[in-house]
Amino acid sequence: MVAALTRVFGLHNLELAEDVVQDAFCRALEVWKIRGVPDNPSAWLMKAARNRALDVVRRERTARTFAPEYARLLESEWTLANAVQEVFEATDLRDDRLRMMFSCCRHDLPETAQVMLVLALAGGFGVREIAAAFVSKPAAVEKRLTRAKQKLKESGALFDIADDTDFLQRLPTVQRALYLIFSEGYHGASAKAVVRADLCHEAIRLTRLLAEHPLATPSTRALLALMYLGAARLPARLDAGGNLMALFDQDRSRWNRKFINEGIEWLERSTTGPRMSRYHIEAALAAVHAQAPCTEETDWKAIVALYDDLMQLEPSPVVALNRAIALGQRDGPQAGLAAIEAIEHRERLQTYPFYHAAQAEFELRRDKPENARAHFEAALALARNAEERNFYNGRLGSVPGASSAASDAKMASLAFL
Amino acid sequence: MAEFLYLYRGGQRGWSAEDSQQIMQKWMTWFKELGASGNLKDGGQPLEAEGKVVNGKSGSVTDGPYAESKDLVGGYTLIEADTLARAAELAKGCPILERGGLVEVRPVMKLDM
Repeated sequence: MVAALTRVFGLHNLELAEDVVQDAFCRALEVWKIRGVPDNPSAWLMKAARNRALDVVRRERTARTFAPEYARLLESEWTLANAVQEVFEATDLRDDRLRMMFSCCRHDLPETAQVMLVLALAGGFGVREIAAAFVSKPAAVEKRLTRAKQKLKESGALFDIADDTDFLQRLPTVQRALYLIFSEGYHGASAKAVVRADLCHEAIRLTRLLAEHPLATPSTRALLALMYLGAARLPARLDAGGNLMALFDQDRSRWNRKFINEGIEWLERSTTGPRMSRYHIEAALAAVHAQAPCTEETDWKAIVALYDDLMQLEPSPVVALNRAIALGQRDGPQAGLAAIEAIEHRERLQTYPFYHAAQAEFELRRDKPENARAHFEAALALARNAEERNFYNGRLGSVPGASSAASDAKMASLAFL
Repeated sequence: MAEFLYLYRGGQRGWSAEDSQQIMQKWMTWFKELGASGNLKDGGQPLEAEGKVVNGKSGSVTDGPYAESKDLVGGYTLIEADTLARAAELAKGCPILERGGLVEVRPVMKLDM
């Protein structure tokens, strides 16, 4: 809604648009408390926001200038109501959201700022939710957002998604921001599972909007596929006691079949282009896991091959680590450790808990409990939240007498990060 | 370019919600056209039917204007056009004509003093 209103009000009146939506929400809550939630809450909200927008325009039209395309129509009661109504209509809302997403993903903004803006302006996230997602204080997020919005306003106009060349040029940045939102949800530092699931679902919603756009590229569809396949596993990531469950300890019956099917379907639809993107590879990796009935029957050969592709396309120590883990899964712990040692720039992984955990698991499997213990302790020290701490504590506790079968399972869990 | 005032008179009111939505859509389209061709100076405003009439030196105030509804001014718009003929031509697109109303086109007088 903020995106729609900004189109009418103009980007320079971004806060006004946000206020209108905020007011509509507050009013809704007040009214619903007394009269109960209406049958169609979103239509109700839409109407409340529209009416509020009309009030605001009437009050402010002498003092402010609005978006040039709309200024004329807002001046006169002959056209005001209709002009506002028009932007609230469904087909437009979709484009408005996209337009806002593209506007937020500016190269001169840091990626975190882009992501926060997308969540706040194109998605439905409030400051508190964003703060929770990034384990930050609301005041700090507010500050960052204000600065980013200022930058956005300086650009003067919303991004024109109707221009094909501009659209395709900005698309990778938008994809990246959406990918980051999803990752923050999937591996994020927030201790609250609900917070993370919300982020994943929001990322899917926004990416789907993008993937359904006529100009969407195969890599956009691959990105959506990878999100669906990843999110399918969310329900099984925590056991009944709230403990983090490694991928291969997960109860696979709890995986979301609908999401897996969606993911596979989007992956198939993404294979039309000449170029393979990292999203293709990551989606394919997720698909291999999603389709394996259990750890032992996972196609590790395919996974190693996919990581090889990924290393060619976008080499990084983290990708190399994942490849090493898959390799160890295929050829045994010794090979895995050797591959880890061969990682270029592996000093950059020192602060990455999975790096230590991976080595610990391999050491455990080749019966070096002392080495394993040291690595698990390093991972524990780097754990970012209680779930992770519990997980590594549990692994640490199992070191002396750990059976190699159990270790197998844990090991595999790290292969898809 | 000269300025002209469109005075909208008459025209049936009290449409159903759906009907009025459609009508307003037509006004919107028409205004957009006028704006795009550079003829719209000020969209002006629609007027309520009720009001007061202030009359005479004593300034007596009565409810009014009570004209026949076909004569009642329902709103105004300020137009820019080269000639009166052109302004009148442009008024032919006004949706009020479909509702039995009329558009009075009046040149704005220029007082050069």
